[in-house]
Amino acid sequence: MKELHERIRRLEDKVARVLVYVALIVALIPLFSVLFEVFKRGVGVINLDFFTKPTPAVGEVGGGVANAIQGTLITIGLASLIAVPIGIVTGIFLSEYSDSKLSSIVRSFNELLNGIPSIVIGLFAYMLIATRVGFSVTAASFALALIMIPIVSRATEEALKLVPATIREAAIALGMPKWKTTIFVALRIARRAVATGVLLAVARIAGESAPVLVTMGYWKWWFAGFDRPVANLALNIFLFAKSPFENWIALAWGSALILVAMILGINVVVRLLMRERSP
Amino acid sequence: MTSAYKIEVENLNAWYGSNHVLVDINMKIKDRAVTAIMGPSGCGKTTFIRCLNRMHELVPRARVTGKVVFDGVDIYDDNVDPTWVRRRIGMVFQKPNPFPILSVYDNVAFGPRIHGIRDRKLLDKIVRQSLEMAGLWEEVKNDLRRPASALSGGQQQRLCIARALALEPEVILMDEPTSHLDPISAAKVEMLIRKLAERYTIVIVTHNMQQAARVSDYVAFFYMGKLVEYGPTKEVFERPRNELTERYITGKIS
Amino acid sequence: MVADVAGQTKTAHFFYQLPHDRRRPRALITGDKAFKAFTASVASIVVLIIGLMAYYLYLGSQPSIERFGAGFIVWTEWDPVKGIFGALPLILGTLTTSAMALLIALPLSLGVALALSEYMPKRFSNVFSFLVELLAAVPSVVYGLWGLYVLIPFLREVVYPPIRSSLGFLPLFSGPIYGGGVLTASLLLAIMITPIMSAIMRDLFALTPSTLKEAAIALGATKWEAVKLMISYARSGIVAATILGLGRALGEAMAVTMVIGNKFQLLPSSLFDAWYTMAAILANEFIEATDELHISALINVGLLLLVINLIVLICARLIVWRYLKVVGGIMRE
Repeated sequence: MKELHERIRRLEDKVARVLVYVALIVALIPLFSVLFEVFKRGVGVINLDFFTKPTPAVGEVGGGVANAIQGTLITIGLASLIAVPIGIVTGIFLSEYSDSKLSSIVRSFNELLNGIPSIVIGLFAYMLIATRVGFSVTAASFALALIMIPIVSRATEEALKLVPATIREAAIALGMPKWKTTIFVALRIARRAVATGVLLAVARIAGESAPVLVTMGYWKWWFAGFDRPVANLALNIFLFAKSPFENWIALAWGSALILVAMILGINVVVRLLMRERSP
Repeated sequence: MTSAYKIEVENLNAWYGSNHVLVDINMKIKDRAVTAIMGPSGCGKTTFIRCLNRMHELVPRARVTGKVVFDGVDIYDDNVDPTWVRRRIGMVFQKPNPFPILSVYDNVAFGPRIHGIRDRKLLDKIVRQSLEMAGLWEEVKNDLRRPASALSGGQQQRLCIARALALEPEVILMDEPTSHLDPISAAKVEMLIRKLAERYTIVIVTHNMQQAARVSDYVAFFYMGKLVEYGPTKEVFERPRNELTERYITGKIS
Repeated sequence: MVADVAGQTKTAHFFYQLPHDRRRPRALITGDKAFKAFTASVASIVVLIIGLMAYYLYLGSQPSIERFGAGFIVWTEWDPVKGIFGALPLILGTLTTSAMALLIALPLSLGVALALSEYMPKRFSNVFSFLVELLAAVPSVVYGLWGLYVLIPFLREVVYPPIRSSLGFLPLFSGPIYGGGVLTASLLLAIMITPIMSAIMRDLFALTPSTLKEAAIALGATKWEAVKLMISYARSGIVAATILGLGRALGEAMAVTMVIGNKFQLLPSSLFDAWYTMAAILANEFIEATDELHISALINVGLLLLVINLIVLICARLIVWRYLKVVGGIMRE
């Protein structure tokens, strides 16, 4: 009887081991499928036209995503301009004054902001900005900035925490005021980690389409001012994918390819950078 | 009227939160001498020297009462800028802590730079003199741009000493400066301390009695936050007046 | 060295003199205090934003709230022409798809996390962890695109027909198959939330003290039995990770709207039937809506989504706090 019990235990152990690996493989299949399909269906569309021509009109053949690339860069740029300073300063506050009551409140709210669905953030940006300025780059950038802030803030906080206290003490012992040691010594040492945080935040918003949709809508032309909408790479995928036009669907795959390439590229680079730093 | 005493500590008390770490310390530190601070772990010696350059108060819930008179000025007076104090009273830490991303040159020049020295020639001179005084010049003169992290432990500690010297302080506080160094580097630093004592007032925390005997002119023995005995090194070691001192010296308490 | 009347100290400078070598009086407002005030005010922006968000969404929902009140949550019609809006089917759709996604994702993420932290040799686990993290970085809209043109045909041709033929006697599996719908959306959601959940769980397992597992092994337990012990120890952390996955699934808009069929109905006729979620209707209708009531009804849906999401996030936070207290207590012993 005891022997049977023993056999069951060993069987359980083996089955568990197999199942665990099966889970890993099953979870990774979509990744490989997505990467494969995006490459297979997107690579054919990539040509010079793809990068130089704007969205084709309905019925027109060919076309490209040049205006979407332009628009996405502008939107990301404006969002970063807003979010990076706020995020870094917030991160400084959280790491320097982490025992204050305000600090735990800010940290909790930061987490909340990080978890709110991006489409809801978009609706907020719509109410705050788009109702006054109209569907616009400004509104979309604002929404994207809100998504970036918690990411940059947390990265800055973690980066500063890693700076050894003894380095700061050395600067203080030389007569540097404490606040200056934060900016000119600690932040300087931590700057690479902060930069990777910013890069990751940018990679995140490059792929966001929901908040862009409700603050800006579609735009098929070139940049026309910050109070107007602009074309967006991720949002275009949404628009093109649902359409019945072959060339639009092809453009969707092409856009997905460069978007995924860029985002995964940033992630790979960032992780390599972080690895090379650690002893 | 010049006093032979550089720093006069009057009724100094220090707390970490509700922990009374230093109790009624009264002490006069002689100018241009090496004073060693000794005692078992937790006796308050590190806290003591940190009170001398106003570093103790940076820890949350730290509190200090009493006076520390330096050159006729109570450094704890409300009118005194702590950064001024720290410039005149320098500190070298237990574990060498050069700024890792800065070069040897920039490390030494850091102090003068943050206090406004911009003149390149002057900085060059300051760096050279400080490194010479710290006994490091010969070893680094050919490549001052080398990152500080490339130096060995002993060299890094001498770099930290040079960095402190660059501000031309009058007092140098040292918190167990050789405890992380190999014996040869430690010996070099000890020789350096004796040499520096000709121009500077040095207060050194050490748990190494042989080191205190070799290096210091005066010894202060702390126990549980109180100053138990203080006097010329020879006297304290050979004829300790207090029983606790004797027990520490003979190794019964550590 | 003499301290003279004016408070200046003449110090014997060995070599050079700093420009302001005087005992300087303390500044009225020290740099440190100003710095703290500055960083604190910028940091408070985040708090302000959340408050403003709730307020503005409420503001935008006003017309809808005035017209429908709390009944909005239980009404089942959505007619922009007639001006009647009710969100119940959307709420049901959201909760159902998210719950189903969790049902699939939970065991999957658990398995992945265990594989990465317990079973795989270190050399490989880093690479595979990285791959799983890449999954989390793929944008939602790309998942939607893939779902629409790869997953749906696959399910429609290969997976669903056998399911329907074998389980078709159940109403759940008996409808017409067009490829998208409730089950498809849940599957896609599961794929999307697994990376995040498994990353949290993997970190969790790495944090559990190895003495726990070692003690079990020393008593003769198999690896699986030691792992089971670790899972029960990390129980609340796993729950927290699940809740966070739930939060993510609730708010997923683009990928869902591309595969779920966007059919407004109280209940789908089967798992293969189309349906609708709160986030999906926002993605689908918001920019087309022109009528003020329609827009405010949509914003009302957004407000509901925010509220549900905040509740989920706060629950997760509370569980994490309790968990940290438990872990902290055991670690201290």
